[in-house]
Amino acid sequence: MTATDSTGLRPRLARKRAGRRGDLVFRWVAQLSGILILVLIVAIAAFLLDRAVPAFRHAGLRFFTERGWSPDADHPRFGIEALAFGTVVSSICALVLAVPVALGSALFLTEVAPPRIGRWTGYLVDLLAAVPSVVYGLWGIYYLVPRLNPVERWLDQRIGFVALFHSRSATYGRSLFAASVVLAIMILPIIAAIAREVFRQVPSEAREAALALGATRWETIRISVLPYSRGGIVGAMMLGLGRALGETIAVALVLASVFKVDLHIFEPGGNTIAANIATKFGEAGASGREALIASGLVLFAITLVVNVVARGVVYRTGLAAEGRP
Amino acid sequence: MRAVALRRSAVTGGLLARRVSARRRIVDAVARLGMFLAVLVALVPLVAVLGYTVSRGARALSVQFLTHSMRGVGPLDRTGGAYHAILGTLEQVIIAGILAVPLGLLVAVYIVEYGRGPLRTAVRFLVDVMTGIPSIVAGLFIFAFWVLALHQGFSGLAAGLALAVLMLPVVVRSAEEMLKLVPDSLREASYALGVPRWRTVVSVVLPTASAGITTGVMLAVARVTGETAPLLLTAFGFDSIRTSPFRGPQSGLPLFVFSQASSAFDVAVRRAWAGALTLIVVVLVLTTVARLVTSRSRMEVG
Repeated sequence: MTATDSTGLRPRLARKRAGRRGDLVFRWVAQLSGILILVLIVAIAAFLLDRAVPAFRHAGLRFFTERGWSPDADHPRFGIEALAFGTVVSSICALVLAVPVALGSALFLTEVAPPRIGRWTGYLVDLLAAVPSVVYGLWGIYYLVPRLNPVERWLDQRIGFVALFHSRSATYGRSLFAASVVLAIMILPIIAAIAREVFRQVPSEAREAALALGATRWETIRISVLPYSRGGIVGAMMLGLGRALGETIAVALVLASVFKVDLHIFEPGGNTIAANIATKFGEAGASGREALIASGLVLFAITLVVNVVARGVVYRTGLAAEGRP
Repeated sequence: MRAVALRRSAVTGGLLARRVSARRRIVDAVARLGMFLAVLVALVPLVAVLGYTVSRGARALSVQFLTHSMRGVGPLDRTGGAYHAILGTLEQVIIAGILAVPLGLLVAVYIVEYGRGPLRTAVRFLVDVMTGIPSIVAGLFIFAFWVLALHQGFSGLAAGLALAVLMLPVVVRSAEEMLKLVPDSLREASYALGVPRWRTVVSVVLPTASAGITTGVMLAVARVTGETAPLLLTAFGFDSIRTSPFRGPQSGLPLFVFSQASSAFDVAVRRAWAGALTLIVVVLVLTTVARLVTSRSRMEVG
């Protein structure tokens, strides 16, 4: 290539120009693909909104206060109050269950365990994220729910005076709590993975300074590692929350679909926006599908806000500069 | 003497200087124990899910299951299988890959090689946000766009489109990471030889990062292979073999598991477990091979 280039000025210039043209085309193609990402997100919102408008128009503000879901009836009544309630409650419970385990294991794997063991165990925890949600759902019904039953009964008998842990029917099982446990398992790997990255970003000087002062390992974590990574941890939790809010199939399988707004999370029944779309879509008529799309739009808006805020927090802590997730 | 003791405590992390009070030592031990227990608690569900799926699935899995569809299978028949669903998943994932991989690579090239200013920041940020879009919303989007607005009907292609939406950000993020690892000296060497920028990207940067990109693509494929929710709204499900992904509803393996699991009959639940085992084997093999590819290439470089 260089040999032919050095033979004369003209071919070299021609090649240069061709190279420039190729460069221009390639740059534009790449840039257009980048812009396509923007277009895609706008398109998702636009097409969902377009199909949801009839449902919103029909239900009006009752869309947010109605608890039942019969959009195809002669007198259609549907609203997302019970669904939104179930979505938020199950996700928050999942977060409460998952965060201590995720942070504890991430701390152990980055701060305490030898690096080699830390890496391999981290890989095993990541494998939890690879299991498809339908498998979690199936496992949830046939393995987890029967084993959670006695736990729920035991807790009810001990601390059942708190409504949260009481079942008035004395039956347990396919409850919001069971769904939360499955969700917790599913969001654990993402929280743990991001937390591990965040802890790794803590400069070793901060750790060494604490150790040099005679701090124990735990004290080092408390005074150097945790304060430094607070923002990242909040971001990781919110990303986990986003996952839990949108999880569909596992919840649809585990939860017995009941429309209610009720903090007795040990009682069977409940529903979430995403699970309701999955269970109702097959049998829905035209207006039923529009109602489901309307509920999906609400879910999209909620998860978008949660994700934007979470990414914003993670970016602000400087992870973005390193290009980490 | 004290310095030595301190250094030892810093190095081993276990042996503390004598001066540390009993209370602090106990707190430290309890905290370590707590963190260790957290690891165990995190691994329990992994073992339980895999173990239970393998034990239930192995009893139900058979050659008949892998080679027959559900055509004409009654609710109480022990026959029937997931052949049609496996075929559907294969086609849908290939379609998703054909769409998402080149596009994802281009976006990553834009971010790493060309992008600057607010547009680059916006694209990177939105890719991150896109990874958080619930899969059911991606399904609803393709349903509203492809099935309703464009009147294309349910099909394997529609499912492929929905899976592509989910796959795209995963491919971009992993390819971006890998492109960043390519040392600038390689690019500079190429420029110094008079190679235009785009040729440098195509024949120097991308090949150098190819092992890592392959890993990312495999992980993305593994992720979308297990997606059920979007298929419900786009492929819709079908009991017979449908070879063409372009016309008419189709099944997919995760969708098959979901519909069998929703049934009240034991024979259907058996099929669900067999399908779940098949699915988990495919996904875990993809994931593990992908990891091995990276760790090997990393060893070669290091």
